[in-house]
This record gives sequence, C-alpha cells and structure tokens, in this order.
Amino acid sequence: MHVVIVGAGEVGRAIATNLEETHDVVVVDRNPDIVEELTYSLDVLTIEGDGTEITTLHEANVEEAGLVIACTDDDEVNLVICGAAKTLTDAFTIARVRRRTLLETWEGSEGAFGVDFMVCTDLLTAQAIFRISGLPGAQDVDMFAGGLVRMAEFEISPQSPIANQSVQDADRYDSLTFAGIFRNGDMIVARGETVIEPNDRVVVIGSPDSVSTFADDLVCLPETEHEEVVIVGASEIGYQAAREFEEHGYEPRLIERDPDRARQVAEALPNTLVMQSDATDTEFLEREHIDEADIVVSALGSDERNLLVSLLARRLGVDRTVAVIENLEYAELFETVGVDVAINPREETAEEIVRFTRSNRAEKVAMLEHDRAEVIEIEVGADSALASRTIMDSVADLPEGVVIGAISRGGNLVTPRGDTTLRPGDHIVLFVDATVLDQVLEAI
Amino acid sequence: MDSHLHVDTHLRVDWRAGLSLVGTILAFLSLFFVLPIVTALAYDGQDLWVFVTTMVVTAGFGLTLRQFDPDPDPGAREAFMVVALTWLLAAIFGALPYLLAGNGTVAHPTNALFESMSGFTTTGATVMGDISFDTHSRAMLLWRQLTQWVGGMGIIVLAVAILSQMSVGGAQLMEAESPGPGVSKLTPHIAETARVLWFAYIGFTLLLMALLYGLHLAGFAPEMDLYNSIAHGLSTMPTGGFSPEARSIEAFSPAVQWLIVPFMFVAGVNFVLWWHLVSGDTRALFRDNEFRLYLGAVTTLSVVLTVVLFFDATASTDRVGQIGGRLEPSLRYATFQIASLTNSTGFANVDFDQWGGTAKGVMLFAMFIGGSTGSTGGGIKVLRWLVILKSLRRELFTTVHPEAVRPVRMNGKTLDEEAIRGIYAFTLLYFCLFFLGVLLLAADAARVGLDLEAIELVTASIATLGNIGPGFGIIGPMGGYGEFPVTSRLLMILYMWIGRLEIFPVLVLLTAAYWRS
Repeated sequence: MHVVIVGAGEVGRAIATNLEETHDVVVVDRNPDIVEELTYSLDVLTIEGDGTEITTLHEANVEEAGLVIACTDDDEVNLVICGAAKTLTDAFTIARVRRRTLLETWEGSEGAFGVDFMVCTDLLTAQAIFRISGLPGAQDVDMFAGGLVRMAEFEISPQSPIANQSVQDADRYDSLTFAGIFRNGDMIVARGETVIEPNDRVVVIGSPDSVSTFADDLVCLPETEHEEVVIVGASEIGYQAAREFEEHGYEPRLIERDPDRARQVAEALPNTLVMQSDATDTEFLEREHIDEADIVVSALGSDERNLLVSLLARRLGVDRTVAVIENLEYAELFETVGVDVAINPREETAEEIVRFTRSNRAEKVAMLEHDRAEVIEIEVGADSALASRTIMDSVADLPEGVVIGAISRGGNLVTPRGDTTLRPGDHIVLFVDATVLDQVLEAI
Repeated sequence: MDSHLHVDTHLRVDWRAGLSLVGTILAFLSLFFVLPIVTALAYDGQDLWVFVTTMVVTAGFGLTLRQFDPDPDPGAREAFMVVALTWLLAAIFGALPYLLAGNGTVAHPTNALFESMSGFTTTGATVMGDISFDTHSRAMLLWRQLTQWVGGMGIIVLAVAILSQMSVGGAQLMEAESPGPGVSKLTPHIAETARVLWFAYIGFTLLLMALLYGLHLAGFAPEMDLYNSIAHGLSTMPTGGFSPEARSIEAFSPAVQWLIVPFMFVAGVNFVLWWHLVSGDTRALFRDNEFRLYLGAVTTLSVVLTVVLFFDATASTDRVGQIGGRLEPSLRYATFQIASLTNSTGFANVDFDQWGGTAKGVMLFAMFIGGSTGSTGGGIKVLRWLVILKSLRRELFTTVHPEAVRPVRMNGKTLDEEAIRGIYAFTLLYFCLFFLGVLLLAADAARVGLDLEAIELVTASIATLGNIGPGFGIIGPMGGYGEFPVTSRLLMILYMWIGRLEIFPVLVLLTAAYWRS
C-alpha cells in the first residue's frame, strides 16, 4: 500500500520505521535537515514541503495513497492536511491531535475535517497511565476483544511466588496463558518447561479477573477499596490522567505549581483535589502524607523532573511510580534506576496508528518492550490457515515465536490449549515476536 | 445656560434618558388601573372616580416624563436609576387611590405610601386599621392585592416583555432589578425571556385562582367566592401576603390552606426551572442545587415546627383552640407558616404570635432564608446561603490543606471568586442594614415613649427589609404597623424599597461616585 506520512517527528518516524519494509512509504516534512537525515536512515521516499499545500501532496503522489497520516506537532495543521488529502483521494486519513476537545468534536460528527480516524496523543497516554496504574505491579496493560481479554506485563521479583518455577508449575491460574518472557533484552516464548527467573518480565494473557488475581499474588499488596492516587504536574497528560481516574470513581490528588493552571484544572475536575505547590517540597509532601499514596504519576514537562519526582516519591515510601517520558531512549534507564513504569506518549500514538496498517486484519495491537514483541487481535476467517484445526497443528506451521494467548468465541472467553480447535469467526489474541510478525501475518 | 452646560459635562449619568424611560414604564403601568375600575363597575360603583382620576394622572405624568428624551438610549449606569425610580414612582402613584378615597387609616399620606410600597414590594405589611368591606370598597381592596401581583415578577421584567424600546439594555435593567447571580437568558431575545417568565407567572396565578374557586364550587371552601379566589391568587404567586380578609388565610377552610401551601412553595422557586420543566427537561428541577436546598430547608423546618407544635401545650389560638397533641393542625400550621415565612409570602393561617418561644425561634430562623433567585420571594435568598455554606466549608478544608485549590461549584459550574465576594458583601450589608433598622426603630420608639419588646423591633426590621410582612407582637399576623411612629414608618418604606431591589440599585444612587464622572 502507498502510505503518505506528513510530519517526521518521533511519531511519524516510528510509524515510518514500522511500515518501511511492507509498504511504499512517503514521508513529508518542512524541515530540510530532518528530510535529509531520513533519506539515509530509512528506506522511504522523503519530500521536503508543506503538507497543507496541494502541490506537495501531488508530489507525494497522494492520489495513489491508501493511507494518509498527518502527525505534525500542530493540531490544526493535521486537520487541514487530512481535509486537503480528502479532496484528492479516497485514502483513509489519520490525524494526530493533542487536544481532547478536538477529538470530542470529531467523535460527535463522523467524518468531520475529512478525518477518518483521530488519535489524541495526550488522551491515549492518560488512558495508558490509568490502565497500568489499576493493576498492581504491571509494567504494561492492554485490553482486547472488547474488554474480554487482558494482556499484562509484570516484572518478577525474587520474592515472587512463581520465581524459579517452570511455566508448567506456575500455570495454576484459570484462563490465564503465559505468553512470553523478556530476560536481559532477549525475548523467550513461554514453553511448559521454561523456568521463570527473578527479574524476568512475564507477559500473560487472559481474562481480566485472572490477570488481576495473578497480579495480586505477585505483589501481595494489602487490599484497599480505593487506591490513593497522586498525579504530579497538571500538564495536558496529567490533567487527562486525573480525568480518567475520576471517570473510574477515583478521587485523585493533583499537584501543580502554577497557580493559574492549578485553578484552571481545579475548575475542570470536580472530584480531584488540586493542590498548588512544588512537588519537590518535602515538607509539603510529608504534611499531605504523599508517602501513603499507592501510586504517584509524574507528568511534569521534563523527563528529568519526572525522574526526580519519582525518585523522591520512592524514597518517601510510595509503592509505585509511573513517569511520563518524552525521550524514548530514557525509558529503560528510568525503569532501571527506580521508576516502576515509564510511559512515552509518542509510542502510545504510534502504536495506535500502526494497527490501521496491519492489512486491515488486526483489530488491535499492543507493542511490548518498545516493539520487541507485539500482542495482536485477529478474527479467524473461513479461509484462514488456522480455521478448523487444532492449535497444536496450526502452531507447527507457523514460525517460532508465536503464542495464542486467548480466544474470544461468541462473546465468551476460551482458554487455548493444544487440542482446542479454532473456528471461523473466533477472535484470537496472539503474542508474536516482532522479528517474525510479517511472516505470521502472511501465514494466517 | 452656562450652568446647564456645566452640569451636562459633569454628570455622566444620562438622567434625561433615564427619566424618559421611567415615564414610559409609568404610563404603561397606569393600564393596570383598569382592573379596579372594572371591579368598581361590577359591584356598586364605589371608588370608580378615584381610579379613573388616578389612571389619568399617572398616565399624564408618565407621558410628560417621556418628553425629556424622545429616543432614550440608557446604559448600564442609567439602569440603576431607572429601576430605583420606577419602583418609587409606582409606589407613589399607587398610593393615590388610598388618599383620594379617604377611608380609614390609609387616608394619611405616609400610610398610603406605606401600604402602596408594601404592596409593590410584595412585603404584605399593612397599616390598614380595619380591613373590611365596611371601610374599604371591593375595588380598593382588589387594587391592594393587584399591586403585589404587579410587583411580584417585577415591573421591569414586565416592561421588558412588553415595551419594544426596552429590548436594548433590557438585560441590564433586569439585572439591576434583581442582582443575584445575573439574568439567565432563556432565549436570544431578552424580551422573549421576560415574556416566558411572565407567562409562567400568569399561568400559575390563573391555575391557583381556578382551583380556589373550584374548591368553593365543590363545597370545600364556603368563604372562597370568586372575589376572594382572584384576590388570593393575586397575592400568593407574588409572595405578597395581603388579604382582603382581616384574619388572612385563617378565615378559610383547611382545604384552602392546604391548597395554598404548594403554590407558596412554587412561588419561591426559580421560575426558570419551571420553564425548563414545562419544556420537557424533567430533571432540571432536582439537578438544581438551590432548589434542593430550598426544598430541604422548607421540609426540615416544617418537620421541626410540627414536632414543636405537637408537643407544645401552650401552642393554642383563641379561635382554633388547642393545637398541641393534634397531628393535622400541627402539620398544617407548621407547613403553611414555614412555606409562608421562608420565601417571604407572609400569609398567616393562625395567630402564631401566641405560640411559645421555641416555635417563634424556628419561624424567625425561616425569615432569614428567603426564596430562590429568579423567584418572586424576597429575603437574602437560598442561593446566597448555599454559596456561603460552600465557601465556608472550603475555608475549613484549606485550613487543613493550605495548598488545596478548591473552586466553589454551583450546579457543576465553578463560581467566580469575585461573585463569591459580592455575595459576602451583600449578606454583610444586609445584616448591617437589619441591625441598623433595629437600632433606629428602637430609638424612634423610645423618642415617642412607645414600649416595644426586642422581638418586635427585630421582626419589624427583618419583615420590612426582607419583604416578609408580619412579625411578632404588635406586628403579628393579626396586627399591623400602624402603631409605629410616622418616622419609623418612613424608614420602613425605605427598607421595603431597598429590600425589594436587593439594596444596591438604591444605595448606589446615594453615592457621589455614581453621579460624578
């Protein structure tokens, strides 16, 4: 497929990287330096120009495009790009926006601005923060099959009850499948005999209940009715995260230093306690018992300050810290020095956009460990290689590095075992090693 | 000529435009004299010429004022002047019939103005010594009822609804007439909004009149004939409190008393909510914070008073006998009096002046609540109390959490801090005026050697400033304000006037800053 990506920031670049092998990608950007650099680093066609101009779009051969992705840093520009592209082509248009209000406007009037799909960066990030915060100990969480299936990634501590056990022995949870293990940068597909070692990161797929039970077993947290959530920084992401928590019945606390912004978000968030203070003021933190919080989310403007807040919260005795990071390269470093979970808004955005490019078959995609592996949801077609065969037979034909994690059949969850037969219409959630992803998608 | 120019450049207030507009409204108001004229014709013709004369004089004066500026263009500053003057002139010209007829105590100029101001401001405080058809004609007593109905929803609101030239600046005028939280426009045109409010008002009035007369026809209310049905309809919906019966609502059957309770309650609710209800938004009413507090306050106080009356052996009246220990009268008197005093109607279905201290305390408390904003009720208003309670709760919270940022919310929307300050300022000023009133009345009473109890002074001050009407002691529900000295009555006229306009439009006219540039 011919894909036009306008805007070669981190999001545009991540998408381009993901698509360069399988599609004809054209990247448009106004900055000549970025264009020059991309020409040599990626196998894509690069064009220097303004994506809102019709001549540039012609140059990018937008008439032939099946997909136009507008992901510059400017909301309005992205909308104009999609609107302009729609006048030239029937391509599916995707716009990335920061402002949630634009998303709400678009949702309220289908097809507005010539946009077929809109991705709100800050909202996606906020939702990811909420998903991960809700599950104790989880590094990453995603939902599949309309909420029927949950995927989660956990780090196994030496005290964990399943540490040093084989997958076979650890597999004592109903409707839960161990999919993969990340160990020292390697990806291991979970087999019955694989031993789970301390400091491994384990990916499990199963029903939401079983994943929760599993999480509780790993972490052994005292049961609290409502978790105490503290969000530091009323950036757009901090604000949206507070809103997500509010919508799910929490009453989070939000700390913001700027008085005007504090007042602004306090007006917008009826069930959030907004406090106007510096989050690095330890006296304030002690007075407000921030140390008793279950989760501290740092969503300040800079990565360094987020790290500082997270480390401070850790030192005070907070159970879990979640930090928003802009620079993807910091992610692993932060997680090593004490931030429990690092969330990157651009990664969340790229992830959301990439699922539209998966030959229209994957219903949902989650990327793990910065795209070392993926969890995807696919509907089994009548002519699929998987249809009407047992899992044991099908997997034998597929490349190494694939695990069928869950099956949704007519709205019910079926736990996949070797002798389970897949039927057309089933939705399956697959854990796939990123290196064999394209082969797998081809095969099924 | 020279001094004229000097004045014109010095005064920023366009008093010509203001006076012209006042004249227009006054000329329009003179049309209301048609109703007493019709009443006089329908009965014995008594006082017919009184009203015809008054109508001609009022219309003439209004049209003369109008000549000051044939094309007035009033602004925000003129609004205060127009509103304050309109109400003053309406009261003055509304007093003419009492003077011209020359019957009873209201023939005295101060008393005539008192009775007229009391009517237009829906206070319901009376200086009429003898309320009966022996002394006053039916036309005269109906006029007394009608003044309340005209004043209830607001003269300015009515003028904005009817007079096309008031559509520009109408919102400012309406806001000056009833400051509170500002005018909520229901429709793009302010005149349309004013019309909606008046239609709701007229609708409720007609419904009550029909039901009252229906009770009479069905045999449940022997005294409630057509004249009384109309008279009490004109008095209930504006939360007025006058009655052509000397014994007020006590003169009627329990069925009538029970029927009037919900209508008094309705009159104390923001009429905008009724409009929403009629246009199909059934949840608007209970979503509204102010309505919920108003309902809660009336219900709670009614229950408390019922319990007090039920167990109070001294709660008796001359005519009805012992109330204590009997549930139906306890409940009926309690709900009626609380509904009546909370929103400043001032009707009485019993001589509550004879009740014990606890019951009186509950009722005094009710007098300080007031109706809702956008209703015809007077007083401090429920919304202000709600904002004060909410902001006090916030103060307590921020004492413990100094960094907390907590906007005060009303119906989910945050309130401006400036608006909250304004509400504090109003309430403080209200209490200052109330205490000043008590002091001045006490001093005046001492001057003429009148022996008054503290409760009488306190209730006289709040009952006039809050446009309630009856108080305790000599101004109890079966008494009147006639015993106060003339100076006290003049003060009360002032209090009723500024109380109805919620203080600021009148007081602002007294400041030098208003008149200077």
